Amino acid sequence: MSGLFDRDDAHRLVPGSTVIAVEGLAAHWGERQVLHDISLQVGSGEIVVIMGGSGSGKSTLLRHLVGLARPTAGRVEVLGTDLRTASARAMHRLRRHMGVAFQGGALFSSLTVLENVILPLQEHTRLAPATMHIMARLKLEVVNLAGSEDLLPAELSGGMVKRAAIARAVVMDPPLLFFDEPSAGLDPVVAAELDRLILQLRDAMHMSIVVVTHEIESALTIADRLIVLDGGRIVATGTVAEVRASQSPRVQALLNRQPSVPDFDPEAYLDRLTRA
Amino acid sequence: MSRSGAPRPSLARVLVEEIGYCASLLVESLWWLLFGPFLRQPVHARLILNELVAIGLAAVPILSVLSFSVGVMLAIQGVYSLKAFGAESQVVMALVLSITREFGALISGIMVAGRSGSALAARISAMQISQEVDALAVMGISPVRHLVAPPLVAAIVMVPCLTVLSSVAALAGSAVYCNQVLGLSFEAFIAQTFAILQVADVLQGLGKGLTFGIIIALVGVSNGFAVTGGADGVGRATTRAVVQSLSYIVVADMIFTWLMSRPG
Repeated sequence: MSGLFDRDDAHRLVPGSTVIAVEGLAAHWGERQVLHDISLQVGSGEIVVIMGGSGSGKSTLLRHLVGLARPTAGRVEVLGTDLRTASARAMHRLRRHMGVAFQGGALFSSLTVLENVILPLQEHTRLAPATMHIMARLKLEVVNLAGSEDLLPAELSGGMVKRAAIARAVVMDPPLLFFDEPSAGLDPVVAAELDRLILQLRDAMHMSIVVVTHEIESALTIADRLIVLDGGRIVATGTVAEVRASQSPRVQALLNRQPSVPDFDPEAYLDRLTRA
Repeated sequence: MSRSGAPRPSLARVLVEEIGYCASLLVESLWWLLFGPFLRQPVHARLILNELVAIGLAAVPILSVLSFSVGVMLAIQGVYSLKAFGAESQVVMALVLSITREFGALISGIMVAGRSGSALAARISAMQISQEVDALAVMGISPVRHLVAPPLVAAIVMVPCLTVLSSVAALAGSAVYCNQVLGLSFEAFIAQTFAILQVADVLQGLGKGLTFGIIIALVGVSNGFAVTGGADGVGRATTRAVVQSLSYIVVADMIFTWLMSRPG
């Protein structure tokens, strides 16, 4: 990955090169180990979907990829920066070149939609205010939120909040974009719109995209490559076809939405109750 | 033992950790204030201005009324107590010194802790839960620079100012009572006040106000950042911030008074 990410020419990533490399990542919450020996790579221009059930460790993995958590063991390298050893200055430089759209949007409630989208530009560029406004409005148009500039986050629907968060995440034209549960809690039509938007962002803006989701339909629609997590471990990785063909019972249970707990048996329950 | 089975940390350890965390927030905030502009990451004046208004200006009406009332109450108690010794004429000295050195700062500290300390803790804990703090961090905006330094500066500036206002309002309340009960004219009250007051008395009140301001801001934001859980957690963080602020204010006041009142 050395030389891939030139700080002065951040947007021109070498096609087919690696933008994220994770090796032997382990993470703990207190005493409990939540990630075990995770190794993965994300290539330039690729959409990688990290999939798994609740508690599988996918959100923890995302926090490590975006530098919000430091690994207990292993190496996480993003755009050529080793997150475990990076200085504050290196992290600050890196963050200008990645965008994150959080599950709930994480829009600042006291700012309007436009002010939310402009914020990264104000912090990281010396552009004239008028130019910042134009750039932010353009991004709002890309996510189909033109006309909502002056609304507060509380006045937006769930889908609009997610799209505003995407506009804020892409306003600096980062080469790398992360999504945390982009379609969670949305109706199927809005979820499909967001899936299409993610594909458009990759195609039009040549971004590398990492999506964390438990929505199987969405994952199968947008993924170039899938990584399936279970119990903090990678249980399958590959293209959609390769993961579909996986022999792992956990992967098949996830793809076919089979519950991991046995069905409730009223007769057995009554039997236990009367014996007690 | 905690619910998870892990040994519960001792109160002393929790206290040391919390004070250490507050100290680290203070140092980091000062660092951003001093060096942020050179790194093109300044603490925005707009954010400081907003906090100055929220912590300071917005508290003026209620603080004035409260301090005036406390001034009247102190005068009532002072006159009543001194009457037993036939020393009502000395009440002005007792009032001026106690209000300027003690009550002005204490009333404003309690008021700001209740109004702004709780608001700070609630706002930051809500931002923490809705991942707004994470969003700042991944955008390369230091949460300390953006969320801690502005209220800290505002509290450092405004709590001493409110201390002065509170002292003046309390003295006004005392003057009104003394005028009505003892027949002491306002001119005489003011003249006695200036004759009694020394710069050290005013500085003691201002020093306490400054200390209380730092305590309120740091305790508020540290509780906000440490929130766990949902809406319930926000409520707990807010309550904890107010209780902790008031406790630290009283203890700091005691230490400050002891240090400033030592002979020699």
